[in-house]
Amino acid sequence: MRILVNGEPKTVRPQATVADLLVELKVSPQHVAVEINRQLVPRRLHGETRLAEGDEMEVVTLVGGG
Amino acid sequence: MAQGDVSSSGEHPAGAGSACPAEAPLQLGQHSLKSRLIVGTGKYANYALMAQCLEASGTDCITVAVRRERLYDAAGQNILDFIDTKRYILLPNTAGCFTAEDAVRVARLGREILEGLENPGADWVKLEVLGDTKTLLPDPVATLQATEQLVAEGFRVLCYTSDDPIIAKRLKDAGATSVMPAGSPIGSGQGVLNPNNIRLCLEYLKDGDPDYPVIVDAGVGTASDVTAAMELGVDGVLLNTGIAHARDPLLMAHAMRQAIVAGRAAYLAGRIPKKLYATASSPIEGSIAWHPPELETHQR
Repeated sequence: MRILVNGEPKTVRPQATVADLLVELKVSPQHVAVEINRQLVPRRLHGETRLAEGDEMEVVTLVGGG
Repeated sequence: MAQGDVSSSGEHPAGAGSACPAEAPLQLGQHSLKSRLIVGTGKYANYALMAQCLEASGTDCITVAVRRERLYDAAGQNILDFIDTKRYILLPNTAGCFTAEDAVRVARLGREILEGLENPGADWVKLEVLGDTKTLLPDPVATLQATEQLVAEGFRVLCYTSDDPIIAKRLKDAGATSVMPAGSPIGSGQGVLNPNNIRLCLEYLKDGDPDYPVIVDAGVGTASDVTAAMELGVDGVLLNTGIAHARDPLLMAHAMRQAIVAGRAAYLAGRIPKKLYATASSPIEGSIAWHPPELETHQR
């Protein structure tokens, strides 16, 4: 199954959840926020939110800014 | 003598041994800030220098931006490894957004991250909706739309805006927790270009509501810009590039810490009026020197 993660194509296994993908990407869930198709996926829903073919996922964190 | 007391001898609360009234905290939304300086975390040569500068600036509130995680660069440093999130209140921004819709998305994402960090800044956002890439001046219509949306979603919205007093009032009416007019364009270092507009913003925003917080955000180039802004009567200053791109950022951070207190103190103290003619500080009476005749003056 193909999705876009931060604008880059990625293949994930069918039925994968947001939590599964964050583990695979070695991202600490406490330090990021996740959007799928421009909708925020709250942290408490990461384990039950399944990705679907063609989803556009954003994984964002904090950086320096003014 | 207790802090804030005025003794029967008429001793001023700012006298030796007491806290200077200019160092009273700033109430901003739900937060009480010990320093009136809010400092950005962008554009430092490295995060270690940033951390030193934040410490030297005396700030307890720092802005951060929300950006894509670099998923394929595991060696990259994360700013969170250099910030004590128990010490600083984070103020997430929507920098780089050019539409109200994107600014609302970014605000939600920032809140989500700060909730994960259990940082008290999760309840607010520094709203920036920009009009173009050259001036980075705010889009006032989109800023107002985003403010309305975010206020409806329960955010406390600190609005970056231009120094226009009318839009400032509209943003306050829309529920902004603070209106933050730019002194001059972001990162331009031109200081407060139109102090009269800032005065009008203050007049309109504080009319019948003297504690409503107004913060000059953007354009500060050096310490005197901070002091000049504070002397106008604004409640705080938000800056980033002025420290981060100084030749010696750490020394400039110290300068900014002193400038914010100096400006606040001078505002509270009340400056003398500007006059055309001189008035001697030393008495004429008792002088042994020859004295020319008094000239006629036309004080206006």
